[in-house]
Amino acid sequence: MSTYPEHFVYTKEHEWVNAAGDTATVGITDHAQHELGDIVYVDLPKVGAHIEQGKTLGSVESVKAVSDIYAPISGEVTEINETLTAAPEKLNEDPHGIAWLVKVKMSAPDEIKKLLSAADYQTYVGAES
Amino acid sequence: MAETPLKRTPLNAVHRASGAKMVDFGGWDMPVQYSGLVDEHHTVRRAVGLFDVSHMGEIEIHGPDAQKLTEYVTTNNVAKLKHGQAHYSGLLYEHGGFVDDILVHKVADDFYFICVNASNQEKDFEHIVAAQQAKGFDAVVDFASDRYAQIAVQGPRALQTLQKITPNELSGIKYYWFEEGSVAGIPARIAHTGYTGEDGFEIYVEPTQAPHVWQALLLAGAEFGIKPCGLGARNTLRLEAKMALYGHEIHASLTPLEADLGWIVKFDKGDFQGRDALLKQRDSGLTRKLVGFEMIGRGIGRDGYEISSDGAPAGWVTSGSPGPTVGKNIGLCYLPIHKTQIGQQFQVTVREQAVDAVVVPTPFYKRPK
Repeated sequence: MSTYPEHFVYTKEHEWVNAAGDTATVGITDHAQHELGDIVYVDLPKVGAHIEQGKTLGSVESVKAVSDIYAPISGEVTEINETLTAAPEKLNEDPHGIAWLVKVKMSAPDEIKKLLSAADYQTYVGAES
Repeated sequence: MAETPLKRTPLNAVHRASGAKMVDFGGWDMPVQYSGLVDEHHTVRRAVGLFDVSHMGEIEIHGPDAQKLTEYVTTNNVAKLKHGQAHYSGLLYEHGGFVDDILVHKVADDFYFICVNASNQEKDFEHIVAAQQAKGFDAVVDFASDRYAQIAVQGPRALQTLQKITPNELSGIKYYWFEEGSVAGIPARIAHTGYTGEDGFEIYVEPTQAPHVWQALLLAGAEFGIKPCGLGARNTLRLEAKMALYGHEIHASLTPLEADLGWIVKFDKGDFQGRDALLKQRDSGLTRKLVGFEMIGRGIGRDGYEISSDGAPAGWVTSGSPGPTVGKNIGLCYLPIHKTQIGQQFQVTVREQAVDAVVVPTPFYKRPK
């Protein structure tokens, strides 16, 4: 059973957000990486790109399938995790840690209030599987 | 919404108890992966893996005309099969397209045992029964799927694993031959066949005995690092070995000649269903053919993706995936016949982008002898 950090918030599309002030780190959840299986490509937006909550942020491709990643919040991408270009498998190993996807300067920090708490997300994925 | 409940193999509870990830595979609740697709793939290439393939169907043909009927409904040369020998074959419509691809086992002169695809079994059965009735052959077609569970043990250590729990001398069973015998004390049909490109065996047992045989194989293979494997690894393994998958490389609108399976079509054996259509296609020349490809650009050409050449639509990908052993993004696709030579470049449309690919020799992987 995986543990979901208490200070993150989550989407039903299996992204997580770790917010501090108006900056946020975004990733995909352990549940997501497990569902995808062995990840071989990660496509991320460019630094400076504007992302919008609920719209496609990028994609993750595993041996089995390709899946879109949806932006959990809106804002401007300030940093992308270059590690994942060379070593996409890190997403299978540490999705809540070193394999974060992007850092974002949020344009509407209140958006995170719509997202799920760790406990609610845990319940949600428990019910889904 | 009313949904048909998923069908379950006799090993369903075993898969669920061991934490396998289950998916709906053509109406069957099947394990897609256990420890992870790539890990399972490598385990089969390097050691030994265990697959539950009990969803596969079995059809038996009995009676004085069993050989005539089997010969008539399949493309390969049944008369050449010896007792205890099996071969890969096609079940075709008169127009030459596939009803299914199958394994025909000759148990006796009046008994052929046919292993068919799970999702096609009812259709195959009706097709063979219709042929039997139309031709008036003195044979009984028996839908036997409920009487068999099937477990595949595959990999370079498969023989050693299975030998520990069977009195049958496995080194005496040649590739694509089979024997009646026992596994873990259970009566079994042991076939030296597989769908992975590795050495291995496919074991048919009575369904209620499947969990016992499964556990016995896991125990026997423990010293070699055996792992249970899901359909995900089964797919990448068969793709690297360029083995066809019904619904992908072959279906009702594709013929064995187009699918590069001319070797299972024996025109000189006499009449069989689809023969006239295939002869006509052979004589007028193929317009398209299945070939293997490798991606050159970044991307994976997946099942159903469109192919273009010189900016025009040219074909489609039937199966595509990273090949864990070959270490490349590989696939199979249909291309116009004049574009099928090795080295021919084309583009696969990967999420709206044209990504370069090239025709390469197949199989992508061949096991060391």
